[in-house]
Amino acid sequence: MKKVIRQFFLLFCVSMMVAVVNAEQVTKEQIKGLDEQVQDIKKDVLRISAELNQLEETLLFPSNTQIAFFVSLAKGSGFEPDAIKLKLDDKDVAHHIYSYKEVEALRSGGVQRVFTGNVRRGQHSLQVSIIGKSGGSKKTDIKTFTLAKGVGPQFVEIKLNGSGIEFRDW
Amino acid sequence: MLRLVVFIASVVFLGHGSAMSAVASGGTLKDLYFGEALYYAYQKEYFDAISRLDTELSQYYGLDEPNLNSLYHHIDNAEFSVGDFELYYRMHTRAGRAIKAVIEGNVDESVRNEAIYRLAKIYYQKQQPLNALHTIERLDGKVPERLRYAEPFLRAQIYMANGKFTDAINLLKDIEGADSLKGYSGYNLGVAMFQSGSEEDGIAQLGKVGQISASKDEVKAMRDKANLVLGFRLLEDEHPAEAKQYLERVRLKGPFSNKALLGAGWAAAANGEYDRALVPWTMLAERNITDKSVQEVMLGVPYAYAKLNIHGKAAVLYGKALDSYSKEIERLDSSITSIRQGNFLKAVIREELKKDKNWLVNLRELPDTPETYYLTQMMASHDFQESLKNYFDLSELEKKLEYWADYLGAYEDIIKIRAAYYEPLLPEIEAQFRALDSKMKLRLEQRDKLDKRLKKMLVSPRPDFLMTADERLMIIKISQAENNLKKRGVTDDVTRQRVARLNGVIDWNIKTEYQDRFTRATEHLQELDKHIEKLQEDYNSFVRTRQAASQSYKGYNKPIQQLRIKIDHALEKIKVLMARQGHMIEVMAINELELRRQRLEEYQVKARFAMAESYDRASKAKQEQQKEGSSQ
Repeated sequence: MKKVIRQFFLLFCVSMMVAVVNAEQVTKEQIKGLDEQVQDIKKDVLRISAELNQLEETLLFPSNTQIAFFVSLAKGSGFEPDAIKLKLDDKDVAHHIYSYKEVEALRSGGVQRVFTGNVRRGQHSLQVSIIGKSGGSKKTDIKTFTLAKGVGPQFVEIKLNGSGIEFRDW
Repeated sequence: MLRLVVFIASVVFLGHGSAMSAVASGGTLKDLYFGEALYYAYQKEYFDAISRLDTELSQYYGLDEPNLNSLYHHIDNAEFSVGDFELYYRMHTRAGRAIKAVIEGNVDESVRNEAIYRLAKIYYQKQQPLNALHTIERLDGKVPERLRYAEPFLRAQIYMANGKFTDAINLLKDIEGADSLKGYSGYNLGVAMFQSGSEEDGIAQLGKVGQISASKDEVKAMRDKANLVLGFRLLEDEHPAEAKQYLERVRLKGPFSNKALLGAGWAAAANGEYDRALVPWTMLAERNITDKSVQEVMLGVPYAYAKLNIHGKAAVLYGKALDSYSKEIERLDSSITSIRQGNFLKAVIREELKKDKNWLVNLRELPDTPETYYLTQMMASHDFQESLKNYFDLSELEKKLEYWADYLGAYEDIIKIRAAYYEPLLPEIEAQFRALDSKMKLRLEQRDKLDKRLKKMLVSPRPDFLMTADERLMIIKISQAENNLKKRGVTDDVTRQRVARLNGVIDWNIKTEYQDRFTRATEHLQELDKHIEKLQEDYNSFVRTRQAASQSYKGYNKPIQQLRIKIDHALEKIKVLMARQGHMIEVMAINELELRRQRLEEYQVKARFAMAESYDRASKAKQEQQKEGSSQ
């Protein structure tokens, strides 16, 4: 009886540890070698991405006209954004519907760049409409901010919290 | 068996360790772009996170005064974060290099020690235990508070991997009570004890871990694992009664429940309690047939019935097992065929996978997807999982590069439109600009002259410089009148005195009003400066706009062309790598499935013999019963 048990037992152990011994083999070296090549191509593509970002910025958003809006969540606000809409000088420029993952990323301290565009120097009006939930109930808010675009790139942080929207000119 | 124990301990640790917590530990965010990189990282979009943070870091290091940049406040954290993101994106080589750069840089002791910890962790994860040991031994001085328990835990893991079990035991004993490592440190302590030869201590330690109270799933899983490992070890050492108590502690719904049910049955069977063995085995036999334990128990259940002398039922169940094995062999064959046709790789890169991480697992439930039917079993291999992730990453990179190639076409269109708009306008604008430019230079020179003169007058007053136009005219007239009088010979005293009085009035005025006039002149110059400032601003704006207009379409052809070449080259490389990685995955999958097939064939042979034997015994028993019946 013990012999039978041992046989089953060995089968169990072998099934957990054994390497595949079969027609075409995949060796550890092959796996490692290919993995290194995949790492290399990732590095190459990241470099291309950096160059493309740079090209995109100079071509599409030169520094003298560049403007960007960022969305963040105030720490511990308990506010969950569902959607956001941005109007710049009375024109719709951006709207976004948030996924669960995005809300979680904002909650953890991430900042979302919601719009990048170009404007002339001078005063501009930014209107932000937000729909979301706070303390289990639906909450909507609209606020307007006047920003003064200077010579350099302009960044505005739109901070959302349970009691409303705050703006910060960076 | 011991090898199995170590294997499990390592895998658990890899899944447990997380560097992500350190990413957001920088307090208040002072750099929006760093926050943006975190936003992508928190969503596990590591390519975008690295790309953004890389751009930020390269801009930061290109600055003359980086301490004035907002990233300055997060620079240590940013350096670590980029390394973390690279690790998550499975770019261990680059992550290692980045962390080495931090270690060799001019950084605080605690930052350096954190970098050493992370580098050691990379080596450990990449199965380079000696490098990990040399690295962790470089730790010196203050270690960040958040690594208070993580550092000795990693060190203990590294010691175990290098065979230094006593050192590992000493460390693990110190941190066994740490809440953040609940289950893990105790489990590894048990493993280290076994490996150091302290069998009894190991059994007691794993027994302790097997009874810890837990609310978190991962700790519950560790508890199950401790019981399972201990149970099988005792079973191997032929202590089935003791083994049973540990195996029965494993939860019925956890990831180890199938193996535990199988073991519990064997423990009972080893004690000759076949009726008791049937309880866990019957439960297990109703579970998913693709599981190895379930396939094995299909032989176990009739075996127990046979031992209980219920040969008829045993024969029927062996028959059922044969049917199941035949069906599974068919399924394995169709899985292998489907994988060979490339369907598995197609499933791996479908868009649904990004939206629902369980999608691939759910796919195996569908009837027309044999390629993923045995996916859970294939995923048990770390190499297979990593290869699959690589293939998925390559496919994502391929999509990105294809999009980018399209972007380049769009950029070229923008450049053409801009050139068509600006090129006819610019020559005329240029001519106007030149005229305006020379006028402006002249006016600026005049202003500077006035400024200099006023400054000189502060030291040596010159009232004549501040005469009004009327006064200048009057002086000219008086001088003309004086000349006329001289020509006419009028030189009497009365006339001369009248002329002198007139000159005296003007002189009196310009000298007595000098201070007022000087103040007014200074005020006028200040007013002029305001206009000049505005003019300068407009001028600069015009220069920038003119420059922006020409820069908006000039000088892009070469970089775009170079980028296109790089994209094409990368795409070619990716296609080759995808083909190789895909082939490797298929081979690994098929090998695993063929092994499963082979095992099922062995089970079939056993089941056939056992079924025949059971039928024989059942018919013999029936004959004996009949004989007894007829003799009575």
